Amino acid sequence: MELNNQPQPEVYSDKILDKTEGEGVEFVKQQHQIQIEDPDSWQNEESNHNFILASADALINWSRSSSVWPVNAGLACCAFEMISTASSRFDISRFGMEIFRPSPRQADLLIVNGTLTWKMAPQLKRIYEQMAEPKYVIAMGSCAISGGLFRNSYAVVPGVNKIIPVDVYIPGCPPRPEALLYGIQMLHKKIKKQRNFEKRKSA
Amino acid sequence: MTVELQATEVAAKLEAAFPGCTIESSGNTIVIKDEFALKAATFLKNAAGLDFNYLNFLTATDYQTYFEVIYDLVSLEHNHKLVLKIKLNNREKPELASVTGVWKGADFQEREIFDLFGINFTGHPNLKRIFLWEGFQGYPLRKDFKQ
Repeated sequence: MELNNQPQPEVYSDKILDKTEGEGVEFVKQQHQIQIEDPDSWQNEESNHNFILASADALINWSRSSSVWPVNAGLACCAFEMISTASSRFDISRFGMEIFRPSPRQADLLIVNGTLTWKMAPQLKRIYEQMAEPKYVIAMGSCAISGGLFRNSYAVVPGVNKIIPVDVYIPGCPPRPEALLYGIQMLHKKIKKQRNFEKRKSA
Repeated sequence: MTVELQATEVAAKLEAAFPGCTIESSGNTIVIKDEFALKAATFLKNAAGLDFNYLNFLTATDYQTYFEVIYDLVSLEHNHKLVLKIKLNNREKPELASVTGVWKGADFQEREIFDLFGINFTGHPNLKRIFLWEGFQGYPLRKDFKQ
């Protein structure tokens, strides 16, 4: 047939395709004769540059104070102020502490919010003892500080510092979320002054 | 609204059933002697026309020389109410018959009174502390309680 005898266009010929492929391979082979250096080979050199001079305390305290995780425990009406501090209007996550841990073993901070009765005291003490070091306690509201209104009651602990050591006291009945946030900032300042290579006074 | 019954009329019915049981009756309140407590409670619950089948609450008062146990009774059938008070004579060792057999809801509240006032309810199925812990000394709602 006539059609079969017609010569095919050059573009489609195997010869041309093979030729362009071969040119490409030759080009890459010529360009890449020398070994490429490991960009991270500077790590093998002696570290005589690229380091920061700082005290270990400052670094440790900075990282600790920037991620204080509170334990999820509420005793009385002050707990509602703590809840609203955690939600979006006041937003405790600005301080890296939005994660309220349901387990005391994963938490750093115990916010004692509200009236502590003698019947509840053993449970609160157990929560504190289950927390891993370093651990901090905030006494929130006048009931937690001193027993408050119920100080003379037969059933109420007059101040939570009779049971566990307290780092920051926040007065109010109940304290507003701004007050709790201010107390938390005070705790951050306190953590930043901590000395980590001396023994902390145990409770 | 719930009708408050005239105590004098109910007291007359009680007197007819148990002579000499009432001490005082005025307004919506009847005060009766402690030995008639269980009988009067059963009577008020079952008597036709009274039918106090619901116990609103149960509490106690310390009048320094004697205790009073107060029952707030309601009839859901007739929609009327009455306050029944029982005067306890023995302050040193206060004792009263339990009404848990008449109104089952009295169970926890009698335990509360036992815990905070130290009033012993005889015939209660499970009379033990409900608020305070074992080993607590004294009865905190008594007037002479000192910490």
